[in-house]
Amino acid sequence: MNLEGKVALVTGGSRGIGRAVSVRLAAAGAFVAVNYARNEEAARETLRLIGEAGGEGEALRFDVADPGAASGAIADLIRRKGRIDILVNNAGESRDGLLVRMKEQDWDRVIDTNLKGAFHCCRAVAYAMMKQRGGRIINVSSVVALAGNAGQSNYSASKAGLIGLTKSLARELAPRGICVNAVAPGLIDTDMTSALTEEQREKVLGEIPLSRLGTPDDVAGVVLFLASDEAGYITGQVIGVNGGLYM
Amino acid sequence: MSIEEKVIEIIVEQLDVTREECVPEAAFIEDLGADSLDLVELIMAMEENFGIEISDEELQKIRTIQDAINYIKKKKGLAA
Repeated sequence: MNLEGKVALVTGGSRGIGRAVSVRLAAAGAFVAVNYARNEEAARETLRLIGEAGGEGEALRFDVADPGAASGAIADLIRRKGRIDILVNNAGESRDGLLVRMKEQDWDRVIDTNLKGAFHCCRAVAYAMMKQRGGRIINVSSVVALAGNAGQSNYSASKAGLIGLTKSLARELAPRGICVNAVAPGLIDTDMTSALTEEQREKVLGEIPLSRLGTPDDVAGVVLFLASDEAGYITGQVIGVNGGLYM
Repeated sequence: MSIEEKVIEIIVEQLDVTREECVPEAAFIEDLGADSLDLVELIMAMEENFGIEISDEELQKIRTIQDAINYIKKKKGLAA
């Protein structure tokens, strides 16, 4: 898969799946803007890994939930690099809890980052991609968007929202050769899932046919494919990367 | 370059049509073959070039090249 000459933006690229995606895209030749909201040290580590893989990139700080900050930073990136070819909406957070006791701000924050953040970034790249007559947008959804999960009503709603966004935008931008897809990772071994107890882990492993947790790189490989020229006839799809947990 | 000339230049570039096709009464959709995405691109290009903002409501009223020229002139404070 060759991404030479392409410019990519990966939101939430400092850790977990976003880091693996950033490194994969850069290793394939893309210039990768690694977005992060707070953890500068982690973003720098991602850049170090990109350098190690022989790739190029930069750290780009903004909160995707902040419309002004997101559009400003992305417009500036497009101005500096002259183009934008790949957007990976990966920035996400979870604030789990049973709905019956869920606080308003825990609902809002998760929707604002995971769903509205993707809207802000899509909007900021759409015009440039339309003018270029091409591009790739990949939204990182989740298995819980499809299967639901007790304690994650906010998170699963945001991730299901991303699927609706993906399909509508795929239809809107198809006439310009822009492909919009989603990946729906299952249980991936990252900071976000490290909060699971040993017991919870054992239980969920029993439900995964491939009987292991996924790695960030399992997801990154699929994102790399969707970002490539080879995936030019795939749009509006949701690709599960879950070891068979949900079929 | 006059506003008329600039508008036509933008249309020629965005819609991939010839200058000859760009008569004032030409309608973007019916005569120049624009689809909804073309229109959005065209409007955004005009906003960028003329430093104006065109609301969706006003957009509905812009059907022909002359409509666009009149609208931009009005926005820029010039008599239509």
